[in-house]
Amino acid sequence: MGADHAHHKETFITKYIFSQDHKMIAKQYLITGLIMGIIGIAMSLLFRLQLAWPEKSFWVFETFLGKWAPEGVMDPNVYLALVTIHGTLMVFFVLTAGLSGTFSNLLIPLQIGARDMASGLLNMISYWLFFLSSVIMIASLFVESGPAAAGWTIYPPLSALPQAQPGSGLGMTLWLVSMAIFIASSLLGSLNYIVTVINLRTKGMSMTRLPLTIWAFFVTAIIGVVSFPVLLSAALLLIMDRSFGTSFFLSDIFIQGEVLHYQGGSPVLYEHLFWFLGHPEVYIVLLPALGITSEVLATNARKPIFGYRAMVASILAIAFLSTIVWGHHMFISGMNPFLGSVFTFTTLLIAIPSAVKAFNYITTLWKGNLQLNPGMLFSIGLVSTFITGGLTGIILGDSTLDINVHDTYFVVAHFHLVMGISALYGLFAGVYHWFPKMFGRMMNKNLGYVHFWVTAVCAYGVFFPMHFIGMAGLPRRYYSNTAFPYFDDLANINVVITIFALIAGAAQLVFLYNFISSIFYGKKAVQNPWKSNTLEWTTPVEHIHGNWPKEIPHVHRWAYDYSKPGHDEDFIPQNVPLAEGEEELQH
Amino acid sequence: MTTAILFVILVLVGVAIWQITKIFELSQFNKTKDDSQVANDKDNNWNGQLMFAFLVFIYLITIYSFWAWGDVLLPESASEHGQDIDRLMWISFALIFFVQTITQALLHYFSWKYRGRKEQKALFYADNDKLEFIWTIIPVITLAGLIMYGLFTWTSIMNIEDNDEALVVELYAQQFNWKARYAGEDGVLGDANVRFLQDYEGRNLVGIDSSDPNGLDDVIVQELHLPKGREVIFKMRSQDVLHSAYMPHFRAQMNCVPGMITEFAFTPTMTTEEMRQTPEMAAKVAKINKIRYDNTQALMAKGEEGLDAYQFDYLLLCNKICGASHYNMQMKIVVEEEKDFNNWLAQQTTFAQTIQQ
Repeated sequence: MGADHAHHKETFITKYIFSQDHKMIAKQYLITGLIMGIIGIAMSLLFRLQLAWPEKSFWVFETFLGKWAPEGVMDPNVYLALVTIHGTLMVFFVLTAGLSGTFSNLLIPLQIGARDMASGLLNMISYWLFFLSSVIMIASLFVESGPAAAGWTIYPPLSALPQAQPGSGLGMTLWLVSMAIFIASSLLGSLNYIVTVINLRTKGMSMTRLPLTIWAFFVTAIIGVVSFPVLLSAALLLIMDRSFGTSFFLSDIFIQGEVLHYQGGSPVLYEHLFWFLGHPEVYIVLLPALGITSEVLATNARKPIFGYRAMVASILAIAFLSTIVWGHHMFISGMNPFLGSVFTFTTLLIAIPSAVKAFNYITTLWKGNLQLNPGMLFSIGLVSTFITGGLTGIILGDSTLDINVHDTYFVVAHFHLVMGISALYGLFAGVYHWFPKMFGRMMNKNLGYVHFWVTAVCAYGVFFPMHFIGMAGLPRRYYSNTAFPYFDDLANINVVITIFALIAGAAQLVFLYNFISSIFYGKKAVQNPWKSNTLEWTTPVEHIHGNWPKEIPHVHRWAYDYSKPGHDEDFIPQNVPLAEGEEELQH
Repeated sequence: MTTAILFVILVLVGVAIWQITKIFELSQFNKTKDDSQVANDKDNNWNGQLMFAFLVFIYLITIYSFWAWGDVLLPESASEHGQDIDRLMWISFALIFFVQTITQALLHYFSWKYRGRKEQKALFYADNDKLEFIWTIIPVITLAGLIMYGLFTWTSIMNIEDNDEALVVELYAQQFNWKARYAGEDGVLGDANVRFLQDYEGRNLVGIDSSDPNGLDDVIVQELHLPKGREVIFKMRSQDVLHSAYMPHFRAQMNCVPGMITEFAFTPTMTTEEMRQTPEMAAKVAKINKIRYDNTQALMAKGEEGLDAYQFDYLLLCNKICGASHYNMQMKIVVEEEKDFNNWLAQQTTFAQTIQQ
């Protein structure tokens, strides 16, 4: 593997484990993320079984949950633990680290024309901190009192008081420790991405010639650096309240026949701190997926992305607005209603750049020559779920309407479509598209098609009916709704949802099979299989340190010269100089 | 319903088998021709057609859901402000359906129409400032309208002023039940704090300060009664963790936060009896009882106890995760005529009576 270019001798350990090469670190992120994803999705299938057939006995419960499912019937505490850990794993470990970590690491140096990240060492530390936090999170599943169970938002006092539920014992401590380490990892990664994009662009790669993927990763990293520290502070204050008797978030509490000493704190303060990260987090998850989509759509449509400037502007607008909308998670938290008005205003504003992005994607397809590769299908699917899920944000972002649908299944449907499924589609699109770059082989397209179509049908089958359950008034995080005869008519909808969820879960096995077998037996990739313009496809198929064997290519044009009139080929890589008399687009 | 599910499963299984066969075929016969794993015209063609089919699927699932499940949605609001919320909700929904229908159509239609062909070349079309301006300004105007409407409604709902006419009720949350406290004759709730919960051998259920004379005539109950047509101001407290008082039929919800008092207010417009009489609710209850009857049959066959018949009552649910029994933290709400309400209230024990026992 490029032995003649290696500057130092590589052992198995330096190459595969403590590697400082961004391409290897990207693969490490991807594989760790996929493993966490398998666990997270499997958990969701377990609690979907419980929701469809409440309090029924299943052998899978007994196998996986042991003492938490006596005689195969799921315990309410473990139900809450499952939804909590499912949320945590999917949001942070899969869609933040797995998505952003993988593709920022892989693509930033390759697409801007750099030999590696600004600091390979920090990059390696960032991955290993992520790995450590993953191990701690998984370890928390095995403690005596069970893992954290206060919802992924872990609002105190529930999360602060071990008396309140078993999951607020050691499991919660491990959750907080794991997240603190995760945040450190994420910050190291983000700083590295920012520095690399600013300093290491190759000659000619001006900011206005950056592919939209890089813009997305760059801005995502900035949002992360701005907002993650606030979550760290919330986690630290919560640790203080839990273990050192402070009262940041607690006041006037009587539990288990005992008045506690806490005075003067407020859970609302925690909510502010949490959502100051929590909302930007949505965009930390989503922007990289949108960036990947921009690239995959343009390449496969054989057309320039429509409205490059508007796309960059909307990424920046979304990033700015995302930091001032967090209060829309708190309309009915008891905060001053005037704040609710302000947050409604800023929240609905964010619909504007989002709409611009959706329209631009659709226009990119118009009069294209669409190469419907699996990656392309997932990108189109992303636009579809982004629209369907995003539109209901108009309801949830409106404080007035939020009163009645807040914390119901309507919310569950909304955010799963707009950030869960959309970002997962972005992840899949990225994996199918850059698999040849990562592993030097192609994934099987037909298995990819099966994966996409079954997933696409099931994603709607799972989340569309949830809007109805929510509009019927059913709260989320209910172990079962048998306590309310009023909701008896929702039982069969829950069965439909669970069946779709099980099929969707099975479809992911097709992906896993395809992914693993293609690493070893996939068809050998050519250098530029999708005929793409960006610089990563000018590197050799075999990975080498420093990415390019000779000089780093210079950039002469933007990344989207697809089907430009006056050229034979329908793509012109960024490193091809302008022909005589050829004009570069003004952007 | 089960038939419908089976049908869906069969279709999906069919699709899966067809796909697998196709893979098999391709791997057998096309080996020499094209195994680049990059989409060729044939792939573009059938995936493009599936894109169009997917558009039809999205429309069908929307129509089917409304047809099959339209009746599970909440009935008309039983509170004054709830009607404003519902109106805004339907305006927003109309807008959403309009945009959803058009954008999904364009997205999937283009994906089918412009599916790749060897001889086809894409149009080099990178920018159009006018077009982009149009689809920036249209959302701006529409959203401005929605924001204005929403904010006026929000302000009128949340602007709660104490007045003599209104009934003040405290909602008190704890793991895992609700209590309600009425202010009594003087119309003022007595001071309270969790510190007083242990007074009087645990009979001080919501921690009233017995040295405050305003609290002595307070009434604490486990079932919430409300008079029709009179504004009710709720003062919410929690003694342990966060809870949320959710009353979906009144379009009302507010968190209960330990250490602070939160507020919400509404005016009930329909008594429990009136709500039961509406054709909508009668049909829903009949449907639920049919389901319960069927389940009872199944349970009896196994030698287990059957289910009671259901009759409608307004619900107060907990809607903020609060621990193991979160899913069963509820209180019955009874809305009745003012006169009946007053009679009911007069029969309840006051705090003074409770602590003298």
